[in-house]
Amino acid sequence: MSTVTQERQGALSPSELARLREKAQFVRLETIRLIEIAKTGHYSSVFSCAEIFSALYYDVMSLRKNEPAWADRDRFTMGKGHAAVGLFPILADYGFIDRETLDGYTRLGNPLGDHPDMTKVAGIDFSSGSIGHALSNGAGMAKAAQMNARAFKVFTLLGDGEMQEGQVWEAALFAAHHKLSNLIAIVDRNGYQLDGKVDDVIGIESLADKWRAFGWETYEVDGHDLMALVPLLRRIKHDSARQKPACIIAKTIKGKGVSYMETEPGWHLGYLAPDDGRRAIEEIKSKEI
Amino acid sequence: MSKPQNPESWQYRALNAINPGLDYLSDALIGLVEEGYPIVAGSADLQYSNGLNKFARAYPDKYVQFGISEQNMVSAAAGMATTGVIPFVATFASFLGLLCCEQIRMDVAYCKLPVRLIGHHTGISLGFYGTSHHATEDISTMRALANLTVISPADGAQLAAAIRASVNWPDPIYFRIGRGRDPKVYEDDVTFVIGKAIEHRRGTDATIIGCGWPVHGALQAAERLGLEGKSIGVIDMPTIKPLDREAIIAAARRSKILITVEEHNVIGGLGAAVAEVVADEGLGVRVVRHGIYDEYSLIAPPTHLYAHYQLDGPGIEEVTRRALAKVN
Repeated sequence: MSTVTQERQGALSPSELARLREKAQFVRLETIRLIEIAKTGHYSSVFSCAEIFSALYYDVMSLRKNEPAWADRDRFTMGKGHAAVGLFPILADYGFIDRETLDGYTRLGNPLGDHPDMTKVAGIDFSSGSIGHALSNGAGMAKAAQMNARAFKVFTLLGDGEMQEGQVWEAALFAAHHKLSNLIAIVDRNGYQLDGKVDDVIGIESLADKWRAFGWETYEVDGHDLMALVPLLRRIKHDSARQKPACIIAKTIKGKGVSYMETEPGWHLGYLAPDDGRRAIEEIKSKEI
Repeated sequence: MSKPQNPESWQYRALNAINPGLDYLSDALIGLVEEGYPIVAGSADLQYSNGLNKFARAYPDKYVQFGISEQNMVSAAAGMATTGVIPFVATFASFLGLLCCEQIRMDVAYCKLPVRLIGHHTGISLGFYGTSHHATEDISTMRALANLTVISPADGAQLAAAIRASVNWPDPIYFRIGRGRDPKVYEDDVTFVIGKAIEHRRGTDATIIGCGWPVHGALQAAERLGLEGKSIGVIDMPTIKPLDREAIIAAARRSKILITVEEHNVIGGLGAAVAEVVADEGLGVRVVRHGIYDEYSLIAPPTHLYAHYQLDGPGIEEVTRRALAKVN
């Protein structure tokens, strides 16, 4: 049993950076491997938040290997549930999912599908799939922690298209009103949703101003820059003086790490034929993000 | 009506004077807290309507104000339930059972969390507030959700008993309740078993099966028809899901006709649930489904509406007479 330390503070050391980069690469490669089983999946949705997954699960969140239900663990809820294929390998890495289950991703009867399911998968703190619920779920956890003097934090990953759901803003009002400083939202601002650019579909700018106006301490950061993202998350997590929930708008690139996905939004949902898959893997392995 | 901040004010007392049953919900929850259950209560800007202001005064640290954000309330209650608390969240049934149906489906029912949803002022009890505030579809939406238990108590005492009975119930529950003006059917020490019907009287001519407010009228109707020598049974069916199938089967074998009464659309409600059992079991008895006949109810004071829709004693008596005329 090892606890991912919650004491890490300040800047990343070179070895920490190297490890988190390697974990983000692992998320991307595993995503390609698992989607090969299903023959369709959300590659680029995972690639935009691979560094966020790495930062949360391998540095910031307090978790215990092989103990998915540890009562004092930090919680993670996921509005963009369609990126769960990138989370499952991490849960397997923690011993929450066995290898055989991971490798049976989406097969008949397997608990792992396109969206995370808390009733079937240990380590999923809340199910998702219907956009707009996750911040409310997280706010409820955070409110319960506040009422019962429990120390765990709640991290909620939101899609930027998700900002179009009214319930997100209900939850935003609620969390600010109740001073849920134990709730940290991260918006994966990759700029795209199914029908095109978020700001062409229904514009959401000025996003940071909106979160600030809703009473959240709001930050903007390059969501692929672990040297910026991780120290910010560490600081927010341990800032006991803060009386507000925190929102990080993580500017990301949809498909980050695979050049032909970065420029083609159609990759929101797709399948890599074997040749393209080999090219993607080579690119991911050869590039430092 | 304004929402007085001072509970001792005349307005507050006036509110409680016209809704004498409002205290049952809070008192039941306060009782559970005192017994050590990890209860949390919440409401969406309606604590004076559902009486949870009393709970909020008794246990301010266990009460959550959600504001007019019902969908957030449901999803947040589900999040709370994952941490080991038992949340009771309340709002008008018209909003809970319809506006929040998807949040209830995904976050509460599917995830099988022990959330207790209180849909109050159900049916046509909000009278002249109109269609937006009437809930005549909530049984059908809620009972179609797998894992969700649906309970519709006849009065405040039965509600309190049902809440006490729910503490160790593993599944999420939707309580469909009135507005605290329900005529009294049960004594305050009544007990409640989830999934069990209450047989008030047995009858061979007909059995009236009801839930909620109309149970009182069903008892009055059976009493009056009994004086004329007709044999009318009455079953209170407060748990609509899981349904007490045995009670329905027994009534169908005993009576020439089953009459269901509910302040709900005849489509999808208690009547439909009873008819499903009768069909499933091949019982071959006529089922008269009485309620709101697939329409949006009129505007009027509640008692006028109950009379208009024949959901009070005289109305159910008339409906029963018509039903008996068909089979005799």
